[in-house]
Amino acid sequence: MPGAITKPYEQRSRFEEKVARTLTNPKGETRVQNARTPLHLLNGTITPAGQHFVVAQSGAPDIDPAKHRIAIHGLVKQPLVFTLEALARYPMVTRTTFIECGGNSAPLFSPTPMQGNLQALHGLVSCSEWTGVLLSTLLEETGIDPKAKWLIAEGADAPTLTRSVPLKKGLADAMIALYQNGERLMPANGYPARLLLPGWEGNMSIKWLRRIKLTDAPGMTFPETKTYSQLLPNGKAYQFYFIQEVKSFITHPSPDLKMSGPGFYEISGLAFSGDGKIARVMVSADGGKSWAEAALQEPVLDKSFTRFRLPWRWDGSPAILQSRAWDDQGNVQPTRAEFVAARGELKAPLSLAAFPNQHFNAITSWGIEANGEIKHVYA
Amino acid sequence: MFTPKLIAALALLALATGANAEGPRLGKTISAEELAAWDSSVMPDGNGLPEGSGTAAQGAQIFAQKCVTCHGEKGVGGSASALLPRGPITSINGGEKTIGNFWPYASTLFDYIRRAMPWQQPKSLTSNEVYALTAYLLALNKVIDEGAGLDAATLAKIKMPNRDGLIIRFPDRI
Repeated sequence: MPGAITKPYEQRSRFEEKVARTLTNPKGETRVQNARTPLHLLNGTITPAGQHFVVAQSGAPDIDPAKHRIAIHGLVKQPLVFTLEALARYPMVTRTTFIECGGNSAPLFSPTPMQGNLQALHGLVSCSEWTGVLLSTLLEETGIDPKAKWLIAEGADAPTLTRSVPLKKGLADAMIALYQNGERLMPANGYPARLLLPGWEGNMSIKWLRRIKLTDAPGMTFPETKTYSQLLPNGKAYQFYFIQEVKSFITHPSPDLKMSGPGFYEISGLAFSGDGKIARVMVSADGGKSWAEAALQEPVLDKSFTRFRLPWRWDGSPAILQSRAWDDQGNVQPTRAEFVAARGELKAPLSLAAFPNQHFNAITSWGIEANGEIKHVYA
Repeated sequence: MFTPKLIAALALLALATGANAEGPRLGKTISAEELAAWDSSVMPDGNGLPEGSGTAAQGAQIFAQKCVTCHGEKGVGGSASALLPRGPITSINGGEKTIGNFWPYASTLFDYIRRAMPWQQPKSLTSNEVYALTAYLLALNKVIDEGAGLDAATLAKIKMPNRDGLIIRFPDRI
């Protein structure tokens, strides 16, 4: 029997339709819209563009690339405005990097382990190959006033979201990204152009980028003062956290992926650091009493998802799986106890969709029960 | 000595490898007047604040018309963030942050209302309306007197109660 007709743009098999993002605001009510990546149902290191997580304050604007402009001004020698057509003629670079929401993993601030799958607990991180023009290339043409220390980036969405970024980062590796995994950006990921700040808090990688202003001080905008500031146990708060610190979690096995009897399993997961390359991942099957080093899947790239794997034979008795990552800059993923000692935990659990606090990167534990069920546990 | 032929070949190589410092230079110059229409950033020192003024009493009326649906009467009980203070912060739950007990700069309030509110029609408020709403919310939060008005000069001088409550996490990255 002949098969299906080949389409101009291929869709995945109808048997895979359940592999999808979970939405917190599917009707577009007057509040933020979140879409979480089904990390436990994907593999490898690249997130398909349609599965990339989204946090959109007010939905994706519908931007005609022919009409879009990006202005660079402020403490520059010559303010300039670029069309997308002009940007297409600039030297481009391609790099793989993850983007993680500062609020990813927020349910783990709960004092008791909240039950949810990997998507619900850690689904606000994704990794893509991005192609675009380095911001430094454009700043060479505008020139930089020596007084400039920051840049304020602004999106073309309804609230024209703005974030202040140290110019040092803007010159180090910031990109105006035009392509995601080889094709133009998805609308909800910033079409037709977004700022990309590898390894830094996702909200700072301004989507639908329309303006960059060089300044001598930060703008102290709403997201960088109120929203993305992290309360501490002493009543003070961190601000300008910037870096998504070294983190890992096991994707397989994980909640929702019930074990089908004793025998061989590959323990596999993702590790990443906003500060460098993953150097080492250790895995425990006994809640941290003993550890074994996992194999890192090549290529291991700077500020990117690294897939780790370890063969394991499950004997059918209760087990607690954990992973812990190190990066090449000397940073180590904290244990939960270390993290809570420094950052605190809530007095009572909130909902899985709540964002009580941010920048959680401690070890995650999966408890495997004798019947093969997998639960989120603290160990 | 280089022959003319060799020089020509080197020039081609430089172009082909992008080794010449000259970029495409396809950005268009933009005048200060054109930029003014784009540039709505308000800085903590008040730089960027427009002309105009408003009082808390005027702000209360605008709030009742344009904000109450989401934020509730006097800023409580709506679906959006509560705008009244909840007293000192006593946990690490970010839900306790409000204007009076957390926001470190008054400029942020003006900037955010102007660019992002009301949710369904951002950028529809006049500068006077934004000053009035800012005054209303600061008065609700006991940061300024109820009878006070705001303009560029007075707003820039406000010291918010939590101005010194934020710690830069990684100062070496700035």
